[in-house]
Amino acid sequence: MAEHVTSRKVYFLVFGALMVLTLATWLVAQVDLGWANDVVALGIAVTKATLVLLFFMHVRHSTRMTALTAVAGFFWLAILFGLTIADYASRGSILPFVAGK
Amino acid sequence: MASEPLAPHGPSHGHAAHHPELAHQFDSMDQQKESSTLAMWVFLVTEIMFFGVLFLAYTLYRTQYPEAFLLASNSLNVLMGGINTAVLIGSSLTMVLAIWAAQVNWRKGIVIFLLATMALGTTFLVIKGFEYRDKFVEHHVPGPTFHFEVEHPSPHLQAIAARDPQLEKHASIYFSLYFIMTGIHALHMIIGLGILAVLAVLSWKGKYDSEYHNPLEMTGLYWHFVDIIWIFLFPLLYLLGAHAR
Repeated sequence: MAEHVTSRKVYFLVFGALMVLTLATWLVAQVDLGWANDVVALGIAVTKATLVLLFFMHVRHSTRMTALTAVAGFFWLAILFGLTIADYASRGSILPFVAGK
Repeated sequence: MASEPLAPHGPSHGHAAHHPELAHQFDSMDQQKESSTLAMWVFLVTEIMFFGVLFLAYTLYRTQYPEAFLLASNSLNVLMGGINTAVLIGSSLTMVLAIWAAQVNWRKGIVIFLLATMALGTTFLVIKGFEYRDKFVEHHVPGPTFHFEVEHPSPHLQAIAARDPQLEKHASIYFSLYFIMTGIHALHMIIGLGILAVLAVLSWKGKYDSEYHNPLEMTGLYWHFVDIIWIFLFPLLYLLGAHAR
């Protein structure tokens, strides 16, 4: 079994998409959307990162074991963020004096 | 392979039967590559956590001091940051093309694309250096001489600044995170450039071909990962206050 060879055209298309998305993130940032600014910015960043992961890092053609390892990394990151933010977000409501409010 | 009788190691081992870069412990080139890829990804998972805590610290402090983060962010040079984003994405393209060149056995192409990747990586660091220099000149580096105030404030920006009585102190938290995150990112790139230099020499000597180019592939994973970090750093550090400029 030989490894999968992706054509250059695909790489150039992904590069083009990444550049367009970079421009998009800059344009959207100029408009005041309130909290949605962050949602859009992170949405574009996640899309760009996914393109890099799937095409440039060849996760698209990797084995399940490798893909699972990559997903596990981001899953652990989600645990780190989820539990820490849950802690900070609930401090004031549970123990108001701890948060100094 | 498993059905063949095991030959004792020694001069009669018969290395000619397989690719010289196939290590003893692997059955095939595919298995060797899969093993390298998995190990590299385990390393990248540790890198995700390493950068992850910094993004977490950023999230927590920005939630607490949104005004200071917004105003401090506006002092960065968005043009330089944007150009660097394009430069880094371009270097990811040349990196992946170096691997493609190996896959199609274009050995000269490997060297060309690796050198292009190094050139773009160096460009990124030079631009980053100019940005750092500006921050030193403006006294935006956290420390004894740190100073921050909003330059030419519009009424809107003044209103934002008035909401945080300890604006300067909280702005220094933003700049601490800015320098730690971009600094560690730049350190990763410097290490990457060193690895690329070694690979360029080995490619020049014709070490990699369509059968064997694991080091190129693994370095590519590392280089693209560093690119992904920047893809998140650019909007989070440079663009968060652009709408209020």
